[in-house]
Amino acid sequence: MELALASAIGVLAGIGIYLLLRARSFDVILGMTFLSYATNLLIFSAGRPVIGKAPVLKDGVATSLAHYTDPLPQALVLTAIVIAFAMTAVSIVLAMRSRSDNHSDHVDAHEPELPADDAAKPGAGA
Amino acid sequence: MNHLVILPILIPLLGAALSLFIEHRRYGPKVQRSVAWASMAALAVAVGLLFAQTSQGQISAYLLGDWPARLGIALVADGLAGWMLATTLLLAIACLLYACTGWDRRAPHFHALFQFQLVGLNGAFLTGDIFNLFVFFEVMLIASYGLLLSGGRGLRMRIGLHYVVFNVTASTLFLIALGMLYATLGSLNMAEIGQRIAELPPSHLKLAKAALGLLLLVFCSKAALLPMYLWLPESYARAPAAVAALFVIMTKVGLYSVLRVTSLWFDADAGAMSGYGSDWLLWAGIATLAVAALGALAATRMSVLVAYLVVVSAATLFIAFALGNAGTISAGLYYLPHSTFVAAALFLIADLMRRRRLQADRRRNHELVAVLPGKTVPGLLYLFAAVAVAGLPPLAGFLAKAALLQAVPQAHTGVVWAVVLGSSLLVIMGLVRTGIRLFWHVPGDDDAAPEPEPAEAPARPFETAAACLLLGYAVLMTVFAAPLMRQTDAIADQLLAPDQYLHDVRGTTPQVRQP
Repeated sequence: MELALASAIGVLAGIGIYLLLRARSFDVILGMTFLSYATNLLIFSAGRPVIGKAPVLKDGVATSLAHYTDPLPQALVLTAIVIAFAMTAVSIVLAMRSRSDNHSDHVDAHEPELPADDAAKPGAGA
Repeated sequence: MNHLVILPILIPLLGAALSLFIEHRRYGPKVQRSVAWASMAALAVAVGLLFAQTSQGQISAYLLGDWPARLGIALVADGLAGWMLATTLLLAIACLLYACTGWDRRAPHFHALFQFQLVGLNGAFLTGDIFNLFVFFEVMLIASYGLLLSGGRGLRMRIGLHYVVFNVTASTLFLIALGMLYATLGSLNMAEIGQRIAELPPSHLKLAKAALGLLLLVFCSKAALLPMYLWLPESYARAPAAVAALFVIMTKVGLYSVLRVTSLWFDADAGAMSGYGSDWLLWAGIATLAVAALGALAATRMSVLVAYLVVVSAATLFIAFALGNAGTISAGLYYLPHSTFVAAALFLIADLMRRRRLQADRRRNHELVAVLPGKTVPGLLYLFAAVAVAGLPPLAGFLAKAALLQAVPQAHTGVVWAVVLGSSLLVIMGLVRTGIRLFWHVPGDDDAAPEPEPAEAPARPFETAAACLLLGYAVLMTVFAAPLMRQTDAIADQLLAPDQYLHDVRGTTPQVRQP
């Protein structure tokens, strides 16, 4: 299981970084999403993954650490998921607005072939 | 338990919630502004009391939910936290004063976002838990996205996308570092981590070093260190003036985190981790200072110039904190509020000038110098701020830089003196060049095209007052230099002896709960 989890984190992070370095805002946002998935799994595994044990106290189970999994990373990962989700939504709105204002979904808001001063015209300033 | 510690977070939080309720147009700006000012006044009282307590050398820990510090989240108010809180408060008062003259009506949710930004800033300075620091970073950043983008379009959307993507990626790295730290050390409380780093078995050392390096990288990217500063000049220069002035403190949050982490975790007792990263930080700070001074010289707009000055001040602080002896840290702490206030004042002056140029352009009478209406006041303010920010004598910038240069250890004297003094010279040249172009030049012929925003009345008295207030802080810091420097000396000593911090955080026990 360790190998599977570790390689899943690695593959997700690799995809995320590759997409993050691309020039289209949609790709960049996808990259951010993949990177945050990798991060969530990483935080989750920081509490040493164990199988079949609960993070909260249960009746009939001895109250020692050997019978439970670490609950803290689960709380942390919840915070991380919420923030990453909200930020993805914000960046999508921002990317759409930038595209409609600047008529390009390039991260620099203009196509690389065009001369740089063409970019300022459609948006007409900030 | 000392409930005063949590008030600087709670008051703006309540203020923000109230601002949301009264946002509707039928309440009008008067109600919204009075709520904002009431919240600010309450915050001023709380921060003032807390500052008075912490300046006595007292460290008070506050256990949220009454959990012991090693399990739950603890807030810790020490000298450094009190110092940063006071700086933030004074800056926020001036920014709010400036915004209340008109910008707050054009940007939806301005007051709520402003208060949330204060929640994030104050929380980041007060928290004693590294994951909680991440959460407050996010609160601060999310509010800053809103402040930067509301009311904007076109170019500012593009800049905003860069800013958001960069910061979200940095936050993701922050999380990765936190996950690895928890896996190796088993705690997220800063004092507890400091204790455990010293006792780390050699087999875990590499992983811990990687995690801590990543953490420092994230803080440096927020504070705009050399390879990671490229996002800053454009986004600060494009932000509305009141917001840009408040953002000046955000780079200082990164610096604060670096100082907190290095003093608490990488102190002399930390064994293998002692002094981790300080060489890198020093050289990166020196390189950043050189590049940012060149950027200030090359800036074509005043707001870009000021944004580079923000990077210059961050780089100077990196050098001061990376050298890491009591003298340089104390000088850096004295320099920090001063450079913050003056850079914020320059953003406001840049906005005043931009609007005047706009009106002059509209009339299109290319006459000589006198066409720019009422240029004397901003001109004098600019002169004053330029003297302050470049570190020329009578003002506090000079005192701080002199104290810093004096405290530099023998081994680094040559390079640090050369870079700090050389960058000051370049900054002065950049400021003089901009001053000549702005105040002695025929307006509206060669600068970047002014942004076509709706016409506004000439500078309202409160706008000038806000800039004057910020410069007034700088004058007061000069007049009261001796007591303030004694204070920063005490803070530096407290930071260099983290045992007291450790002891006080661990010594605070839950009141009701059995540990």
